[in-house]
Amino acid sequence: MILGKVLGTVVTTISHPHFKNRRLLVIQPLGLPGEAPGDDFLALDSTHAGIGDTVLVNREGGGARLVLQNPDACVISLIVGIVDSVHLD
Amino acid sequence: MLLGRVHGTAVCTLKYPGTEGLKLLVVQPLNKNLEPVGSLQVAADVVQAGPGDLCVMVRSREAALAMPEITFVPIDLALVGIVDELEVRNAAGFDLLLKPGWNQFA
Repeated sequence: MILGKVLGTVVTTISHPHFKNRRLLVIQPLGLPGEAPGDDFLALDSTHAGIGDTVLVNREGGGARLVLQNPDACVISLIVGIVDSVHLD
Repeated sequence: MLLGRVHGTAVCTLKYPGTEGLKLLVVQPLNKNLEPVGSLQVAADVVQAGPGDLCVMVRSREAALAMPEITFVPIDLALVGIVDELEVRNAAGFDLLLKPGWNQFA
């Protein structure tokens, strides 16, 4: 799972039934200072995160299918948590 | 999952058995600022997207799972949504760096 910041929202009325017209959020991964920023991607929202929230994103299909309780869900990135604080040594 | 712009269609008469009836669209993957990323690719269409549409795409095995009847076909990019509204804030206004010590977000 990775830490990311929600930068935007995507509204799709016509989408795959597995998405259950949930909101799709634009995620920019957080990085260490002096490191090249990761490339942004979309993630399905299951925790009602908003723009500006720091979230935990699961980027593997198996985990997303478990969370969505749908063995055939075509979802890779899924938000699984909203992060309050992070401590780095 | 990523954004993509449909640029055209690909018609294949000789295809892997099982992929008949799947519309193949030529798409350009985009990043959050709708700038092209990488080269043109061909995606299987599930939501009847037309040329010029901004779409949501999914890669790897999940693309094969997105097909109408789930059979294991060699599809690794599928269009799973048509974007109606896209609102992206400027990344400069956010703190995207993890500094040593406590990073308070909430």
